[in-house]
Amino acid sequence: MSLEQPNAIEVRNAVKRYGDFTALKTISLSIKDNEFFTLLGPSGCGKTTLLRMIAGFEDVTEGAIFLYGEEIEGLPPHKRPVNTVFQNYALFPHKTVLDNVAFGLQMRGNSKADARKRAGEMLELVQLSQFAGRKPSQLSGGQQQRVALARALAPQPKVLLLDEPLSALDLKLRKAMQLELKHLQRETGITFIFVTHDQEEALTMSDRIAVMSSGELQQLGDARDIYERPCNMFVADFIGETNLLDVSVDRIESGQAICHLGGGHALTCPSVEEVSAGSKVHLSVRPERLFLTATPDAGNALKASVRENIFVGTDITTLVDLAGGPEIIIRTSNSERGNQRIFDPGTPVYVNMEHGAARLLVD
Amino acid sequence: MTHKRYDIKSYPGFLQITLLCLFVLYAPLIVVAIYSLNASASIAVWEGFSFRWYVDVFTGPESAKFKTAARNSFVIAIIAATLATAIATLAATAMVRGGKFRLRAWSFGLISLPLMVPEIVTAVATLIFFNSIGFDRGLLTILLAHIAFCIPFAYLPISARMQGIEDSYEQAAQDLYATKRQAFTKILLPLMLPGIISGFLLAFIISLDDFIITNFVKGAGVETLPTAIFGAVKQGIKPNIMAISTMLLGFSVLMVLISYLVSRTDKTS
Repeated sequence: MSLEQPNAIEVRNAVKRYGDFTALKTISLSIKDNEFFTLLGPSGCGKTTLLRMIAGFEDVTEGAIFLYGEEIEGLPPHKRPVNTVFQNYALFPHKTVLDNVAFGLQMRGNSKADARKRAGEMLELVQLSQFAGRKPSQLSGGQQQRVALARALAPQPKVLLLDEPLSALDLKLRKAMQLELKHLQRETGITFIFVTHDQEEALTMSDRIAVMSSGELQQLGDARDIYERPCNMFVADFIGETNLLDVSVDRIESGQAICHLGGGHALTCPSVEEVSAGSKVHLSVRPERLFLTATPDAGNALKASVRENIFVGTDITTLVDLAGGPEIIIRTSNSERGNQRIFDPGTPVYVNMEHGAARLLVD
Repeated sequence: MTHKRYDIKSYPGFLQITLLCLFVLYAPLIVVAIYSLNASASIAVWEGFSFRWYVDVFTGPESAKFKTAARNSFVIAIIAATLATAIATLAATAMVRGGKFRLRAWSFGLISLPLMVPEIVTAVATLIFFNSIGFDRGLLTILLAHIAFCIPFAYLPISARMQGIEDSYEQAAQDLYATKRQAFTKILLPLMLPGIISGFLLAFIISLDDFIITNFVKGAGVETLPTAIFGAVKQGIKPNIMAISTMLLGFSVLMVLISYLVSRTDKTS
């Protein structure tokens, strides 16, 4: 393979405005061939707008979008070799399941018999062969979901766009579909672009994730990057649960920032570029990377007292009050129960951090 | 159930008012239907059950006149309803799928204005219009007038139906390589069909029983069923008029029933 294998999708300085309202502010990103790529963000962040621009339902106000190296702006949706799985599925209610799946192939010029044969194979792939003759309204939500998927995959698009396709399903089905989607992507080798506001869904399925907020790209990376090394407050807060503490930096010594927070607690953590002595910044630390001890452990140990233990199944969530400082959430795996890491409410304890768990963030 | 107290059925006088309204609406129709089966030649005296006036409609001295009038009425109603439905379908597509365009509210007003304007005004205006351009009155003038005033009646059920169809269906079709035209004919049109059928039947009924406008724009000697009935009544009401009226009523009920069934089967599927 040549090194210049073009990206599946390349968005270059794309801007989208509706009148005075800017939905997307100069986005640039590349989506690789055969990648499971997720656009993640709260509602109104512009992720669906970007998806619809790729599909051809919205035009690009400024900038350009390339599909395997070719600019696609100006092509109507029916001339773009991308297919969409819609949020509400948009299955044609007057057509049977088989004819729904065959529709794209027929519109592409395949003969009716051939389209139906290939549609049948697609239904087999999503295990719905026995429902081929039914109308979409006679299927359950999960089955409709799979028909929508089969319909969009049948014409073998170069890129498959998925617009929050799992949001209407219940939790159990959603988990099963997450895995099924991931397997389908591997089997078909088609590039998937998945839009969701559910960070857990994004972390589970994606090769890479673009976190978006108010029309801007916040961070792009794989699940670990985004979870463990959030680049700003928004990402740290939006992805997973975290403790965000206001800290002041006293000094910086060989890449380590020595900080203090309310109540006089001192702690040391890896510094980042923008931080200097005297700056007031935020410290983000994940609840599962904190643990309690009865006596101070080596390194960072903050004096606190236990307020409450909450049993949440696999984990125990503990709320502690730092002496003279804010509240902190700690998550302990249930299997750790024997390790004397759970204390009764009111017990004086020390909060300890795993090495490298704390991350400084600038506004 | 606490909200039962607020159920409209428990309001004082609800039953009485309902029965009164139903009586005023339907009693005359029932009287006409019953007396159409009267054996007597007088419309006021009951002399026993008979179909003789129905037979009279088809074979009696006035049968030729009624037959021509009925044929005119049905031909006009079918053509007028078809064309009005086609125009209304296009209008509804533009109004519902056209996005925001200037004068949209005005366009809607223009389409539905004929429903608000007193029919006699439309009738006089249409007559003056045909006269001023020197258009000879006859079947064609009736047809043109009927097409015009049937449009809003066809438009309402079609646009109501269309508003209920999410535009993601057409987007999905276009996403799956259908051109705009194919998305319209293969997806949108079949989904609109129940609305189109309802619109057609409504326009058909409205055209079939129109009297005022027809009476103004018809040429001398050209009759539709309503004008023929009116002409016959002027010479005194005979029981055969009741028979014709009852048949017309039955036909209208049938149309409404079909329209209802079409919209119902669609909801259950």
